[in-house]
Amino acid sequence: MFNRGVRNILLTPFLIWAGLFIFIPLVCIVWYGVTDYDGNFSLANMGLIFKHGYFDALELSIALALISTVICLLLAYPLCLILTERQRDNTTIISLLFILPLWMNSLLSTMAWQTILEGNGIINQIMRLFGLPDLQLINTPGAIVLGMVYNYLPYMVLPLYIALTKIDKRILEAARDLGANSWQTFTKIILPLTIPGAISGITMVFIPALTTFVISALLGGGKLLLIGNIIEQEFTFHYDWHIGCALSVILMIFIVLNMLLTAAFDKSHEEEDF
Amino acid sequence: MKYIKQIYLAIIFLFLYAPIGVLIAQSFNASRYRGHWTGVTLNWYEKLFNDARIADALSNTLSIGLLSAGIATLLGLITCVAMKELSRKWRATFLSITNVPILNADIVTGISLMLLFMGLGLKLGYVSILLAHIVFNVPYVILCIMPQLMALDKSFYEAALDLGASPFKAFMSVVLPELRPSIFAGFLLAFTMSADDFIITHFTKGAGVDTLTTEIYAELKIGIHPEMYALSTLVFFFVLIFVMLFAINRRKLIKYEEVLQ
Repeated sequence: MFNRGVRNILLTPFLIWAGLFIFIPLVCIVWYGVTDYDGNFSLANMGLIFKHGYFDALELSIALALISTVICLLLAYPLCLILTERQRDNTTIISLLFILPLWMNSLLSTMAWQTILEGNGIINQIMRLFGLPDLQLINTPGAIVLGMVYNYLPYMVLPLYIALTKIDKRILEAARDLGANSWQTFTKIILPLTIPGAISGITMVFIPALTTFVISALLGGGKLLLIGNIIEQEFTFHYDWHIGCALSVILMIFIVLNMLLTAAFDKSHEEEDF
Repeated sequence: MKYIKQIYLAIIFLFLYAPIGVLIAQSFNASRYRGHWTGVTLNWYEKLFNDARIADALSNTLSIGLLSAGIATLLGLITCVAMKELSRKWRATFLSITNVPILNADIVTGISLMLLFMGLGLKLGYVSILLAHIVFNVPYVILCIMPQLMALDKSFYEAALDLGASPFKAFMSVVLPELRPSIFAGFLLAFTMSADDFIITHFTKGAGVDTLTTEIYAELKIGIHPEMYALSTLVFFFVLIFVMLFAINRRKLIKYEEVLQ
């Protein structure tokens, strides 16, 4: 559209911006992560991750994030299939109703789950009405998973929904004409065509679930610590930036690994297609 | 099968709206303690309008949301236009750089920006929150604008040039109007992300400056002021009405187009 000179001028603000606010901050984190209090190079703080409490938190974070991601995937596929097969007229309103909860403040709606799940909460009150024994729901790993699924389900639904609406309806009709049943249509056509959408959904759910400290603080009762809680405490209670940054660097390693893994999966799939 | 689908939709619907129902109910609850129902009141709505702390946090949230979304939209648009002219390989590289704040964990982005601001000697407060929000808003804007810009037919722009328009004039009068929907979508998404962000604000805010989310987080430990429920109920219904009007208009528009055809 423009010549090279203009293009480069237009590109400059972003380059300066990215250098200052994306690149340098990450260098800062790594710098603090690999130095000790005297400014000397040291991996001791990174090594802390193998300490008992820290390692448990990391393990729990990975486990809960994986479980939440799988549940989101399992819930989102049928939901998106149902939403896309309906008539265009209704879909707009129904889809909007599924996005609407996003506008409720996520801290408040997560707190509302406290009210539903806690000892004297709504579920236990209903149980009592029927003379059933109380359930221990709050402050369990299950409650944290529920909070993660609640908060991050839209991030799975949106890319999947978009991927599904992009499928040419004629391909599905062709499959049916050629004698494929619904299950075969799903596994042979819909699933492969929506894998890129599913992959971006998986990343969008897994990363925030792995690194959250809010959901575990609200629904874990302060006893179930995730790696995010530990990092947050290093900054706001112990004021130990070096340990906090070292643990953040470890989180970043996981984020990069996850990105490489999904990118590799994406690529191998593309090659299969063409 | 039809019933199974409807039941499935209903269950997901219940799951998504159960906490929202609880919050709305709490905004009318006479007791200030959650989960303890003592009757219906409109007290909290009345108090909401006299609560200076909430008014302060609300105005911070709105002004940071509008400013950060506006600046991010401008920066994102300029960058998109420039990126369109890059070779495929360079564009992919640039896009992966722009995506870093989305793909990175909020906690890492928040901490890294805090370290930068403190290293630069910038006092943590309104400006640092605003800068941080622009940082994570730019990628959302680019995500909205880039696909539409790539799909844009170049020939109209070239025709404008042939007819004697300067590149800038041609861009403003031919390309920009075409991009309006995605620019609007990018702005709206950026504003939403800014208004709902907690983690990055938590790390980049200083003492004394609060947005709604950090105010709520501070209140979590001492018990939420029910005025907050009243506010979120109002916001929720405001958005609900807005969305419904939008959907109805769209429906009418579709019908209108069908009639024309």
